[in-house]
Formats: sequence, structure tokens, C-alpha cells
Amino acid sequence: MSTVNPVQEHAAVAPLAVERIRADFPILAQPMNGKRLVFLDSAASAQKPVAVIRAIEECYQNYYANIHRGVYQLSQRSTQAYEAVRGKVRALLNGADDREVVFVRGATEAINLVAHSYVRPRLGPGDEILITGMEHHSNIVPWQLLCEQAGATLVVSPITDTGEVDLEDFRSRLTARTKFVSVVHVSNALGTVNPVQEMIAAAHERGAAVLVDGAQSVPHLSVDVAELGCDFYCFSGHKIYGPSGVGVLWGRLDLLREMPPYQGGGEMIRYVTFERSEFAEPPQRFEAGTPNIAGVVGLGAAIDYVHAIGTERVAAHEHALLDYATARLGEVEGVRIIGTAAAKAGVISFVLGRVHPHDIGTVLDLEGVAIRAGHHCAQPVMQRYGIAATARASFGVYNTYDDVDALVRALGKVRELFI
Amino acid sequence: MSDLRDLYQEVILDHNKHPRNFRSVEPHSHQADGYNPLCGDRVTIQLSVEDGMIASIGFQGDGCAISTASASIMTEVLEGKTVDEAQALFDQFHDLVTRDEACPEAALGKIAVLAGVRDYPMRVKCATLAWHTLHAALTEKDEVTTE
Ligand SMILES: Cc1ncc(COP(=O)(O)O)c(C=O)c1O
Repeated sequence: MSTVNPVQEHAAVAPLAVERIRADFPILAQPMNGKRLVFLDSAASAQKPVAVIRAIEECYQNYYANIHRGVYQLSQRSTQAYEAVRGKVRALLNGADDREVVFVRGATEAINLVAHSYVRPRLGPGDEILITGMEHHSNIVPWQLLCEQAGATLVVSPITDTGEVDLEDFRSRLTARTKFVSVVHVSNALGTVNPVQEMIAAAHERGAAVLVDGAQSVPHLSVDVAELGCDFYCFSGHKIYGPSGVGVLWGRLDLLREMPPYQGGGEMIRYVTFERSEFAEPPQRFEAGTPNIAGVVGLGAAIDYVHAIGTERVAAHEHALLDYATARLGEVEGVRIIGTAAAKAGVISFVLGRVHPHDIGTVLDLEGVAIRAGHHCAQPVMQRYGIAATARASFGVYNTYDDVDALVRALGKVRELFI
Repeated sequence: MSDLRDLYQEVILDHNKHPRNFRSVEPHSHQADGYNPLCGDRVTIQLSVEDGMIASIGFQGDGCAISTASASIMTEVLEGKTVDEAQALFDQFHDLVTRDEACPEAALGKIAVLAGVRDYPMRVKCATLAWHTLHAALTEKDEVTTE
């Protein structure tokens, strides 16, 4: 077991009471192959605390009904609970107005929404959209589809060997043709924290609006959309200890107001005749159909949960784990860490000699250690490093130094077997 | 869940470290590329078939221990077999790694060492990639994915 406690060395803020936090996550109590479950895949999806599970259960048990529709009390209560979450999201991101918060299925849908409703009407032949070389497929493919339709070009600012954006290169690719910029805040494949504030400022100088993909940043760092100055920001509920199937698009109200709907249906209209429809104001304009009501309620509970711990403490804890894991993995012969940026969040991608990451994943699984193995929906990143896949450990509030030690021990087994 | 050694048997580890017939076959009469989009594994199978018999077979590519060993063992087993025998083995192998009931492993000879993947549903496609690619080569499809 580790004798150091890097949290205390590292953080100016009070360390997390991790054992107490772990008790909030029922799933972590189950043994895995007779061993303690070591869950190191929160970047793919985080586990859920009792508070979130209860909130969803309570919604269905006590006050569930469709929202914005019924005059009866259940519908009012459910509408209130749903709408109250907008305020929580606004506070979490330091937005200016609850109406800036659009509920969607997740980061993927948020990006597609912006692509269709904001960018598409503005994009013509010869125009460009700029992204970075470390985007998740969900921040590549929607833009490719759009560019194909509009005769526009998707421009990519390549990443450096350490897995960082080259700001000079990024700036040089911003031109009068650049109509939109979409960049990831924290890379899910490399852990890199991008200097999005500088990138946004540079894009704005060229008159291009910016979407920041925050799927890996909320709730691992404090996010302040006012300070960042971005035009759109998105994240997924399931990565912040909330349910899957719900996420958020935050957008500047003046931009949302100009945008046509993403999908047509109920809830997003003011008045419909067969000749034409008048659309509702944002955010309802972008929430066609019955939304994921209990999911939004669960998201609210997740935000409360993270808020009660404190984002700064979460960030300090995960950063300390990252430092510890980086040092310990460095001691394992044959391990090469992919993504060595100066600024990283709690994601650590690595390869071990020539052992395929899927074999690593299977051996670790039998040791009770759950990691992700594969291309992490970021195949261009893998291509950049000339590899097919990596093994990836990622941290959440419930992870401990013992978890890192278990990972390192299990890697010893991988070495025994394959090297 | 079974023991690690049930999946990663010595024979598999050995074929992974020292793949047999890891080469191109020139000239070849049949070829196909296989791709597993889930893990990015790729394999190319080339064979030269003469009078209905597999005279020479080789594979190339990049994959995990299971898929590499499976391809390596497959090429070893198939050299000298007829195309019909190869197709029959393809079916038997598929049953071996996907069916729960006990298979007549003895009848399968060497390829039976891969029976362990049955307990790892996420890894079955690794084991079958080479075989699906072989099947595609023999039925003149150039490309196959394990989706
Ligand atoms: C950086 C990044 N962007 C976008 C997404 C897509 O999120 P979702 O699948 O929840 O829509 C992910 C999820 O893995 C991600 O890591």
C-alpha cells in the first residue's frame, strides 16, 4: 500500500473524505472476481451516488407526470422539479440566465444541435470550421457531415508530441473563412486541458463563434462560461455522476434566440397551424417532445452532489491521483504514457510494450480493475501516435491511492503473462 | 468468471509471441482484409488454392493476443486442407467459441485452445476475426468487419 498521501502535499484545499464518498456509491461495494472493485473508467461514464438514484426513484414514485402540460398538481410539481435544474446548471457553469440552458441527450446531441441550428444556416461553399487534432468523434463527425452538405472545409489544428494544442498553429488556421470553431476542453484520450480561453479569444478576434466540448471537464474542473467567453458549452449528465440520456447545451441567449429549431414537435412551439408554426423562445424551442424528465431531475441531484463536495476539492483530489499514477506507472517497465501535456486532468492513457490494450483490459478485469481499452472514440489521436489503441485509467471522486496501487500490481500480472 | 490461464493458455501466448505464417503469400489466389471496429484490430489473409486445396496461407496485421494467436493457429491448421474442409472448420470454430454446451473439442485439435473465449463475450470477436476474414477470402468478398 502507498505510504504517501499526495493529496495533502498537493492541495491547498481540504482533502476529500474518500472512504465516506465511496460509501455513497453502492455499486463500488460489490466484489469483482472475488477482489475489491477498482473502477477506473469514469471518463467513459461515472458511477451514481445514492442521492442521484433516490432522486430519480422519488420522481417516479411521488410526483411524476409530463411537464408543461397538465393543470393538475403532479404535473406542476414535475414541471417545477425539471425547471429548477436549469438554475442549478446555470450556477454550475456561471451562466447569466436560466434560459441559456437547453436539456439534450448528451454532449453528442448538443454538438449536433449547434451544427444544425447555429452553424448550418451560416455556412457556405469555401467556408471553414476549425477543430483540434484531439477531438472525440462526436466533435468531428457532425462537422464533417455539415461541411459535406455545405461545400465547406473542416480544418484541423494538429497536436504536438506531448498531446497539446499548438496555439501558434491554431491561430494561423483562423482566417476570414473560419465560420465556426469547436474545441474540446479536456481530451478524453489524452487528459490534456486545453487553453480554451486563449483559443476562444483568438477565434473571436476573427469573428468566429466557439463551442467548447466540456464532456470531460464538468465536474472535474471549475467551469465558468463567463470567464471563458465561449458562445456554447456542452456536457453529458452521465459523466458527472448523473443518469445517461441527459445532457446540457449552454448557449449565449442572443445566439439561441436567432437560431431555428433543431427538431420539430410538441413543446417547442408557440402556435401551430397547417400553414406555419411560431416557435417558442429558447430553451423550449430546442426541446421538442417529452424530455427525459426523471433524467433531468437526476442530473440536478448530481449537480447538488458535486457542489456539496466542492469542484475545487474534486479537482485537487483527481490531480493528486493523476500525479501519483503518473509516477507509479512510470516505474512499470515498458509503460509509455500517451499524452504528457503540462496541464492534464484525471485521465491517463498508456501502452505497455507491445501488449495489446485489450489484453491488458482483460487481465486487469480479472484482478477487479476496470479500465478502458481501445481508441476512446478518438481514432485520429491514435493515428497521430501511430498506435491502434491505448489502455486508459481515469479518476473520479471515489478513487484512492489504493486504486492506483491495484492498477500497478495488476500491470505486473500483465507483464508476467505477456512479456 | 474463469481463471486467466483458461483464456490465455500457453499455446495462445506462444502463438502471440511467435506468430506462424505471419507473411504475405505471393502469388495468391484469394485475399481478404478483416477489421474489428471495436478495437481497431486488422488482419489480412492471403492464400493460394490449388485444385481445391490450400497450398499456402499467411496472415498479416495488428491485433490482440487472442486475435493474433487465433490467426496463427488457423493458418497452421489449414495448410494442406481442402477448401471444403476449411469451411467446415470455420463453422465448427464458430460454434466452439459461441456455444455454451460442451463441444467435441478433441475433434477440433489445436484450435480448441481458444474455447476459453466463450466466457469472455467481449473477446469472441477477437477470436473469430481471422476466421471471418478467411471465409470472406474464400467466398470472394474483399473486406469484412465483425460488426
Ligand atoms: C470529449 C468528449 N466529447 C464528447 C463525448 C460524447 O459524450 P456522449 O456520448 O455522452 O454524448 C465524450 C464521451 O465520451 C467525450 O469524452
